[in-house]
Amino acid sequence: MQIFRPGADSVIRVALCAAAIVPFIAAGLAYAISSSPYMTQQNITRNQPVPFSHEHHVGGLGLDCRYCHTSVEKARFAGLPPTETCMTCHSQIWTNAEMLAPVRTSLAENRPIRWNRVHNLPAYVYFDHSVHIAKGVGCSTCHGAVEQMKLTRQVAPLTMGWCLDCHRDPRPALRPREAVFDQSWQFPPNQEDEGNRLLQAYNIHPEHLTDCSVCHR
Amino acid sequence: MTIALNSTPAARSRWIAAAPLSNRGITEMIAGPVFRGAGKRWWIAVLLTLPFVLWTLVALIWLLTQGIGAWGVNTTIVWGFAIANYVWWIAIGSGGTLISSILVLTRQNWRTSVNRFAESMTLFAVAISGIFPIIHLGRPAYFYWMAPYPNTMSIWPQWRSALVWDFWAILSYLIFSIVFLYVGLLPDLATMRDRATRRSAQVLYGVFALGWRGSVRHWRLYKRLHVTLAAIAVPLVTSVHSIVGLDFAASLMPGWQESIFPPYFVIGALFSGFAMVLLLTALVRWGLQLEAIITIAHFDAMAKIILTGSILMTYSYATEWFLAWYGGEHADRSLIAFMFTGHYAALYWALLFCNCLLPQALWFPAIRRNVPALFAIVLLILVGMWLERILIIWNTLSHDYMPTLWRVFRTTFWDWSFLFGPLGVFAFCFLLFIRLVPAVSIYETRRLAYEEGLE
Repeated sequence: MQIFRPGADSVIRVALCAAAIVPFIAAGLAYAISSSPYMTQQNITRNQPVPFSHEHHVGGLGLDCRYCHTSVEKARFAGLPPTETCMTCHSQIWTNAEMLAPVRTSLAENRPIRWNRVHNLPAYVYFDHSVHIAKGVGCSTCHGAVEQMKLTRQVAPLTMGWCLDCHRDPRPALRPREAVFDQSWQFPPNQEDEGNRLLQAYNIHPEHLTDCSVCHR
Repeated sequence: MTIALNSTPAARSRWIAAAPLSNRGITEMIAGPVFRGAGKRWWIAVLLTLPFVLWTLVALIWLLTQGIGAWGVNTTIVWGFAIANYVWWIAIGSGGTLISSILVLTRQNWRTSVNRFAESMTLFAVAISGIFPIIHLGRPAYFYWMAPYPNTMSIWPQWRSALVWDFWAILSYLIFSIVFLYVGLLPDLATMRDRATRRSAQVLYGVFALGWRGSVRHWRLYKRLHVTLAAIAVPLVTSVHSIVGLDFAASLMPGWQESIFPPYFVIGALFSGFAMVLLLTALVRWGLQLEAIITIAHFDAMAKIILTGSILMTYSYATEWFLAWYGGEHADRSLIAFMFTGHYAALYWALLFCNCLLPQALWFPAIRRNVPALFAIVLLILVGMWLERILIIWNTLSHDYMPTLWRVFRTTFWDWSFLFGPLGVFAFCFLLFIRLVPAVSIYETRRLAYEEGLE
């Protein structure tokens, strides 16, 4: 008496092969998901209470980054501007624009605008803007062409692997301090030499940049 | 000559007690309990072990929610029961591997009566041991970071970490144990498939028998695979227990940083592993009434191996004492003095009694052939070997280089839970196993009977 149909053999063979392959596929799939924008929020444009356009203010009007992000050179957090910063201009121009109603309400009620955070690092990462600025890492290196963004989005994946790419070899990302806030600055053709020179000049020690305690304290 | 052998089989046979024993009789005796139901003894045993399974689950949930502070570990004695239990359990596992590999390669055919449940013992012991390194972590949820998998952190495991060595040791041992046990089971699964009367049993055994027909080609390939696996097992089991030893020896602590540790752990593993095999042999023989195929001669042979193990363990202990004195390092000498006279001295003396003194009784054939006496001795050896593991941790960590850091370990209820609970889990798994598959290898016992001239 036969217990199994003739096809049973093939089923078992496929199952055995699958048992060998599936763990690798599962690991690959897990990696694909964890590095996808679904998990990293890369390139996802968020809605904001006021549709603030960097394209207009930076690309068009030519405001310096530090006009609003005042603490970027001195502190961990680059700083979000208080409503009063907006009002330096918008108390004079576009004073009745519908789009700016939340800004006026914010000022009238003395309640800050609740922006939706675009770059959200985990709490166990101690990222510090000031040191990156001081060592010649430009805004656009991480934040991309902000001057072309109608609404701000996160250009980099912000994964630990992305951080380490640069911390393991910072040379390709270094530029002179004077050019840090220059959104139109381009890396020169001799960046390799330039990177080496800046590494020396700014006293950067890549051998310690990957110590755990540099980012996790 | 052959005729003469066959004419007086009972006088010739050491390893099979009942004669004459036909192939059908052997199959009936071994496969019978699986199809008939294992009987009252089995049910009582299951009911006794079930509370331990629940206790372990509660303890695990408690630990995972409360953190390792539930244990008696402190800032000085950072390892405790978890690591001792890990070492003890993985060492138990070696017993099955030893029987099924070294004894296969040295053609000790008597092993056929015990190797099946010894291999299953290995599997369950290794599986239980694997839990402990995970739960001893401060953040057990991230245990998979031990594995080198593609990740967005672009980091790799720390290959210098003993934890990573443990990961590979346990994983390779576990996978090997499953494969080895399963390969050994194949012909018997086919027997079970052919003898099953219910459709569900036929399908279940049939799927796992992988279409075994018992053709000459099957047997030829099978034998080659089985011997190859046995040959792989010997270096594997040596490497696994060396790695366990290196968990300690790779540190800088007095009493741990000793080059004898890897071989000493291999010997200790085989010693306690064989003690557990003997314990289970006595229980299985009694529980399934297998007196016909598990004879006093089996106990005698295993007792001799245990005696050898005891002598080697005693030698290892003496080497530790001698080198501490001969090396002249103050911390080492001070530690040895602490072992004999310090806070845990009573336990240390108990360890020496269980592992070194008591097994010397096995020099006497009358004791080697007395099952209750052997049962008591191996039980105490298992206790002694557990004491050895916990004392390796407690003594060194309680008494290292810095006197201001000297502390003692205070056990908590949850420490004991993780000692006693898993014993019940192990017994529970073992009981399920012997209920589902033949506890003794049918085809190998038939071959043994044939070779012993009993067929």
